[in-house]
Amino acid sequence: MTDVLTVDAVSRSFGDRQVLKDVTFGVTAGRLTGFVGANGAGKTTTMRIILGVLAADQGAVSWRGAPLDRPTRQRFGYMPEERGLYPKMTVTDQIVYLGQLHGLSREDARRRTAALLERLQLTDRGGDQVEKLSLGNQQRVQIAAALVHDPEVLVLDEPFSGLDPIAVETVVGVLRERAGAGAPVLFSSHQLELVERLCDDLVIIADGVIRAAGSRAELRSSYALPRFAIEVAADAGWLRDQPGVTLVSLDGPSAVFDLDGAHDDQEVLRAAVARGPVRSFGPVRPSLAEIFREVVTS
Amino acid sequence: MTTFEAARLVAAREIKVKLRDKTFLFSTVFFLLIAIGSVTLPILLDDDPQNVAVSTSATASSEALSRAGLTVLPASSDAEATRMVRDGDADAAVVGGPKVIALDEAPSPVVKALSEAPPVELLEPSDRDPAVEFLVPFVLAFIFFTTSLTFGLQIAQSVTEEKATRIVEILVASIPARAMLAGKVAAMSLLAFGQIALITLVAFAGMQLAGVDTTIVSLIAPAIGWFLPFFIVGFIMLATLWAGAGALAARQEDLAGVSAPLQMIVMIPFFLTIFLSDNALAMKVLSYIPLSAPLAMPVRAFTGDLAAWEPFVSLALLALTALATLGIGARLYEGSLLRTNGRTSFATAWRSRSLIN
Repeated sequence: MTDVLTVDAVSRSFGDRQVLKDVTFGVTAGRLTGFVGANGAGKTTTMRIILGVLAADQGAVSWRGAPLDRPTRQRFGYMPEERGLYPKMTVTDQIVYLGQLHGLSREDARRRTAALLERLQLTDRGGDQVEKLSLGNQQRVQIAAALVHDPEVLVLDEPFSGLDPIAVETVVGVLRERAGAGAPVLFSSHQLELVERLCDDLVIIADGVIRAAGSRAELRSSYALPRFAIEVAADAGWLRDQPGVTLVSLDGPSAVFDLDGAHDDQEVLRAAVARGPVRSFGPVRPSLAEIFREVVTS
Repeated sequence: MTTFEAARLVAAREIKVKLRDKTFLFSTVFFLLIAIGSVTLPILLDDDPQNVAVSTSATASSEALSRAGLTVLPASSDAEATRMVRDGDADAAVVGGPKVIALDEAPSPVVKALSEAPPVELLEPSDRDPAVEFLVPFVLAFIFFTTSLTFGLQIAQSVTEEKATRIVEILVASIPARAMLAGKVAAMSLLAFGQIALITLVAFAGMQLAGVDTTIVSLIAPAIGWFLPFFIVGFIMLATLWAGAGALAARQEDLAGVSAPLQMIVMIPFFLTIFLSDNALAMKVLSYIPLSAPLAMPVRAFTGDLAAWEPFVSLALLALTALATLGIGARLYEGSLLRTNGRTSFATAWRSRSLIN
C-alpha cells in the first residue's frame, strides 16, 4: 500500500494563531480514510490546503510523489464544510456548469449529470431551482456537485452532517463505490460510529497536530488496553479477589476487567475454568470513540 | 483547462443568468422606452401653432404667414377669428391692426413671421445648435455614469451572492479566482455595451421614423468616436474595483457600506464634469485624471478645443490605471473570497492573499 496523496509537514497560521503544526499524513488509493478531530482542530484548514483553496505557510501536498498542481486538483472532487449552490439556478444547469468548470465538455457534463441525478433519486427535480428543494435534497445536489466530473480523488469535509439517514446510506454507498474503483477518499466527520464503521484508515488531529494515523486495525491494537470480557455460567464475583484484576463492570455472570502487566490473561481463564463452565472470554477492542478520547487527552 | 476557457464559462453563465433576470430585462425595456420617448415625444407634443385664422381686416399678413410654413384659415371678421381660437379651430389668429391673438401663450412663430428681424452678423459662427452643445456632453457623461454605477453594482452583487451562498469555495477549488473575476467583468461589460448599443440603435431608428433631423448624428460623431474607447477602458477600470468591493461584503446587506467609497469615486467626477463643462481649464485637467477622463475627454473632443494627440495620451493614462485597478481589484477579491464571516476590511483583504492559484 502506498500513499498517493501525501500531506508533508504542512504548517499554517492565521495571524498569531497557529492552526496547523507540521501536519503529515498520507491517503492510500482504494481506501476510505477518516479524518477525525474536535471542532477547530484543523480539519477544514488541512482540507482547504489540499484543495489549494488556502496556501500553506510551510510544507507541501504531493500527488504520486510530485507537487500537487492545478490540472491534478481539477480532477479532485471536493465538498467544503460550508455547503453552497446557486439558489436560483436549476439543479441540472448547476451540476452541468460545475462539471464544465472541472473540464468536462458540455455533452459529457450533461450525460454525467443525468446519471448522477438518477443515482441520487433526483431525476424528477432536475428542472427545479435549488432553493425550491428540501434541505435533504439540496445535500444530495451538493454530493452530485462533488462527483460530476468523475473525480480521481475525493476530499469531503463533513459529508454526513445534515444528512437524513437515507441520504447517509446513499453517500456511504457512493464513497465505497469510489474507493472500490481505486480512488483515495478522505473525509472528515464528527460521527465517530460512522467513521468506525466505514473507514479503512484513520487520521486523528488535535490542536493542529496529527496525534495518530494508520489503519483502523493498527490503531486498535496499538491503543488496545489490557482489558478483557468474560462470561461464565455462575456469578463472576470471585474476580474481585483474583490477583492483578481491576473490575470495570460486573453484571452477574458477565464481567469486564483490566489486568495489570504482571499477570497473564490465561491465568484468569484457568481460574475461571476451575470454577465452572466459561461461555466466552476475550480481549475488549477499544471503540474509536475510546481511542479518540485517549489519543486526544494523552 | 486554461484560465481563458474557465473565464469564458463563467462569463457565459453570468450572461445567461442576467438575460433571465426580470430586473435586468425590466430596466432594459425601461431605458428603451425612455430613449424612444425622448427622441419622439418632443415631435409628437410639439404645440407650436400650425393653423392661423386671419380675419378679412388683416389679409395683408397672409402671405408672410404662408411663407413661414403656417396654414392660413380665412375668417370673416375679427370676432370670427377670435372665436376660432377660443374653440380650438385655430392655434392663433391675426386680426386688424395687425394684432395677434392666442389662448395662453404668445405664438412665437406667428409673431416671428410678422416681424422684421434686424440683420445679424456672427463673427465666429458655430454650426451647432446651442441646445445640442449643452445636451451632448451631459448625455454622454450621464450614460457613462449610470452604466458604470448600475452594472458595477451588479458585478458587486453577483460576487457577494457567491460568497453569501457559500458556493464560492467549490468555485475556487475548481478554477483560478482570476478566471472568475475576469469572467464576471467580461460578462457585465458585454451586457453593458450591448444594452447601450441597443438603446442607441432604437433611439436612432426612432429619430428616423419620427423624421427628426439626423444631421446631429454626424455632428456628434467625433465625440462618440472617442467616447467608445474611453467608455470601454473606463468601465473595465471600475468593474474590477466593484468586484473587489463585492468580495469584501459577506451578505447583500453589507454591500451598500462596502461600495460607498466606490459610488463616490463614480459620482464626484460626474458632477464635476457636468458643473465645470464651461470651464476650459477645469475640463482640460479633468480629461487627464483617469477617473474623470471617460467623462471629460469625449466632451472636449466634441467641443473641439483639443490637440490631436491629447485623447491618445489621456487614453494611455486611463489604460495604465485600468491595469493597476485590475491588480488591486483582483487582490481584494482573492484576499476576501473565503472570509465568509462578516465584512472583510480593505486592509485584511489586501494583506491576506490566502489563495494560491
